[in-house]
Amino acid sequence: MADPMKIRATMVGDKVEVKVLMSHEMETGQRKDSKGAAIPAWFIQNVTATHNGKTVLSAEWGPAVSKNPFLSFRFAGGKPGDKVVITWVDNKGEKRTDETTIS
Amino acid sequence: MDSRRRNFIGGGGGAAVLALAAGAGLLKPGSAWAQAGWNKAAFETKSLNDAVKAMGGASATESKDIVITSPDIAENGAVVPFTISSKLPKTQSIALLVEKNPNILAASFGIPDGTEPWVNTRVKMGQTSNVIALVKADGKFYYVSKEVKVTLGGCGG
Repeated sequence: MADPMKIRATMVGDKVEVKVLMSHEMETGQRKDSKGAAIPAWFIQNVTATHNGKTVLSAEWGPAVSKNPFLSFRFAGGKPGDKVVITWVDNKGEKRTDETTIS
Repeated sequence: MDSRRRNFIGGGGGAAVLALAAGAGLLKPGSAWAQAGWNKAAFETKSLNDAVKAMGGASATESKDIVITSPDIAENGAVVPFTISSKLPKTQSIALLVEKNPNILAASFGIPDGTEPWVNTRVKMGQTSNVIALVKADGKFYYVSKEVKVTLGGCGG
């Protein structure tokens, strides 16, 4: 099981700024190990962020996104105390969902 | 008895196909689980035009209303921070492409109504390359590109 995401959601003016740090290898599939065998690709493919059940961001990622991915975005209509839920799914079908409260 | 045997054969067959896919697949073992919402074709493209086509567009026009904020010189290609913002009305999605990476498309973000057309993330760059921000706004594709120099590649082998 992957480590939890670190999520911060703060009000910036009238918008909510969300910052997410995920814990994932993001292996590209391009690298080889010491024996010359290719290391299989393993990366997050989909990231979804919801606020009160409404999707505020949906991302599709390739293996070029850095290890332990960082993502930041802003949306309108949130207020302190609301919940922001982030889910990612990788190419092995592994999932992780974490949530935070807007402050 | 018989049904168990069938199950066994079925299961074994599936695993074999999977192993074959993993062995033969240049990338993406586990594509059997590839997400429905993941545009596999777009992530396998090698040029801007092909990526635009895989995303359902015809061509992209250059636009000054898209801004890429990033270092001009990235010391470490494994972690290059990018901020992309768009002033185009009705921005629907923002994608980040790295021209000289093995596959050009790095990430794509769907921007629903109410979300600011502004994203910040970090990607890997194999070498010095043009980076392209591709924005879909009101059904049309626009792009802007910028060269980022890389001193140490991030797709190391």
